[in-house]
Amino acid sequence: MALLTCRNLALGYDGHEIVHGLSFEVNAGDYLCVVGENGSGKSTLMKTILGLLPPIAGEIRTGDGLLRNEIGYLPQQTEVQKDFPASVWEIVLSGCGNRMGFRPFYNKEDKERAQRNIERMGIRKLVNRCYRELSGGQQQRVLLARALCATSKILLLDEPVAGLDPVVTAEMYDLIEELNKKDGITVIMISHDIAAAIKYANRILHVAGHVFFGTKEEYIESDIASGFLKGGEDK
Amino acid sequence: MNEIIDKLLLLQYPFARNALIVGVLIALCSSLLGVTLVLKRFSFIGDGLSHVAFGAMTVGVVIGLTNNMPFILIATTFAAILILRKGQNAKIKGDAAIAMISVGALAIGYLLMNVFSKSSNVSGDVCSSLFGSVKILTLSTTEVWLSIALSIVVLVVFVLFYNKIFSVTFDENFSTATGMKTELYNLLIAVVIAVIIVLAMNLVGSLLISALVVFPALSAMRVFKSFRSVTICSAIFSVTCAFLGILISIVADTPVGSTIVGTDIVGFLIFLLIGTFTKRRTA
Repeated sequence: MALLTCRNLALGYDGHEIVHGLSFEVNAGDYLCVVGENGSGKSTLMKTILGLLPPIAGEIRTGDGLLRNEIGYLPQQTEVQKDFPASVWEIVLSGCGNRMGFRPFYNKEDKERAQRNIERMGIRKLVNRCYRELSGGQQQRVLLARALCATSKILLLDEPVAGLDPVVTAEMYDLIEELNKKDGITVIMISHDIAAAIKYANRILHVAGHVFFGTKEEYIESDIASGFLKGGEDK
Repeated sequence: MNEIIDKLLLLQYPFARNALIVGVLIALCSSLLGVTLVLKRFSFIGDGLSHVAFGAMTVGVVIGLTNNMPFILIATTFAAILILRKGQNAKIKGDAAIAMISVGALAIGYLLMNVFSKSSNVSGDVCSSLFGSVKILTLSTTEVWLSIALSIVVLVVFVLFYNKIFSVTFDENFSTATGMKTELYNLLIAVVIAVIIVLAMNLVGSLLISALVVFPALSAMRVFKSFRSVTICSAIFSVTCAFLGILISIVADTPVGSTIVGTDIVGFLIFLLIGTFTKRRTA
């Protein structure tokens, strides 16, 4: 059974439908890239999968022993976080929040978990630094470490390279690929970057008037991609 | 000099000691939640809710309640939940919601006071509930114990839920998505804030409450860089300012509320200087 199955989803805010007829599934170990123009409903899809928005129609099911709260999430930066006084350690540790229940404090296991993920993201030197003083790439690593504290199964990444320079972007993609290939973490990534989607992902979901879902190879052959890809090459 | 010592000798009287104890406790509680409120862009919630409390107080007077406190507390809590519950995803955003509720309650409160009040000095009554009065110096023993008890509850709740409050403040969506009970914690924060505000009305009056919420947090944020150190610093800052403010107001015969806020402003300026100085040195 698939980790995540979406059937005939219709998405939108307050009853305004943005997309309909979304059906796809994500299996363990997949690297799914969700592409599409601005306003096509990519972020809405992500919020719906995370349970922040209810779907207008259709259903989302998790399987393979995945619980709805075991989905790690790398959000886009919010306004609030830009001047938030918090150390890297505090933020990464907060990723363990979902395993606490009503336990008021973090235990040794939580702290070890945070420590491990800090090492994994290569940000050990930054542990005591203030989050708002870090570079964009460092901040993404911190948030990724936090997401890894929340889950070891599936990660949802919302435009993980937005605003990063080319070198850091490449590093970020490598890091995500390593998590997917080496650690077997399932990845769902929202991206504008079709070239990267085709390079790294094994499955593509194109959200637009006409929805496409299939493997990377099928996508490259499809009409919808050729229009989109050509548009990219012309630039 | 002798005069000052004479005035400070007032502290041996219970009314002055009560004022000091209650004032310091309220300052402590409001500063702890202040960090969260400032960061969540709800700096003005203190102002808004205290106007609701003011409105509720006048309603209580009009319908002839002898003990206003529980009624004010319920009305204020309700308003706090209304404003905070939806958090980032509300249709009417935080600042607009606060402005609406705050101004509405203030207007209705003043209207009711004017139409129904039996007192001959309406503007005096209004003024003292807006800017705080000598009330903190005339607290009854019950009120003192009530304030102490509520403060302790607020402190315990804050310590127990500190980590949750951090998560919900830093990233509400992430917390919800990973299965934390965000709505519950937002509700808890709202209730605690309502309690603090009703308490603080005695101290500084409803117009100046925002100062108790905002100044300690902002000052601490100039200098410190982790959530924990900011929280601790703002607590110490707030307690110190309230303590000094009350002492000064006793010695100099100034209004308690505005003197405390004045001390907060001076404290903020000092922290601002320290902040710019240390930043320049590390840069």
